Amino acid sequence: MIAHAMTFAFGCFGLGLLCNLWRLYSGPGIMERVLALDTMVINMIALIVLYGMATDTGLYFQAALLFAMTGFVSTVAYCKFILRGDIIE
Amino acid sequence: MEFVAEIVISALLVMAGLFGLVGSFGLLRLPDTMTRLHAPTKATTLGVGGVLVASMIYFWVFNGLVSWQELLITMFLLLTAPITANFIAKSYLHLNRGTEKLPAAQDCREWATYAEAERAVEPVMTGAPGQDGPNA
Repeated sequence: MIAHAMTFAFGCFGLGLLCNLWRLYSGPGIMERVLALDTMVINMIALIVLYGMATDTGLYFQAALLFAMTGFVSTVAYCKFILRGDIIE
Repeated sequence: MEFVAEIVISALLVMAGLFGLVGSFGLLRLPDTMTRLHAPTKATTLGVGGVLVASMIYFWVFNGLVSWQELLITMFLLLTAPITANFIAKSYLHLNRGTEKLPAAQDCREWATYAEAERAVEPVMTGAPGQDGPNA
């Protein structure tokens, strides 16, 4: 039962990634693209954790944590750059 | 015990997948940036939270080890999602200042993020208690 649910969740998050990719390609402004990239990072974290469950190792949690931090910092840095024209003042 | 855990994990995984798909689909379908901001920041965080809780129960029941890293990731995501949304909304407001794309703020005022320069003057007007103040 868990295997089927896991396949369903893999499909859902993969489809979500495709939606985000389309928004990243065709977004009318900068902020749509930043938002699409941020959502892609969140979906990728879910995929990494699901893959860790599927392969039955706890090795991928560090990767997910590092990826979460990288995504947050990159989004905030881009927004800061747009707001102030500089990242570290 | 294991059967109940299987049911709970499967329900959490299905719910998380549906929420993640709804969040990403909302990002694709909603008409405006401000409404687009609503979908992924709420629904996708709930989706990732569901996956992480399911993973926590899975490793606890089937492998017998409690891993706190999922809780750490969940807490980090729940803490950073509002900050990211706030930054994106603020950048959007500043990029589109004065255009008709923005809705009007209520109470006949401007948006609060525009009025920051006026508030910054205030401590100078009241006078800070420094060494070279007027009563030195």
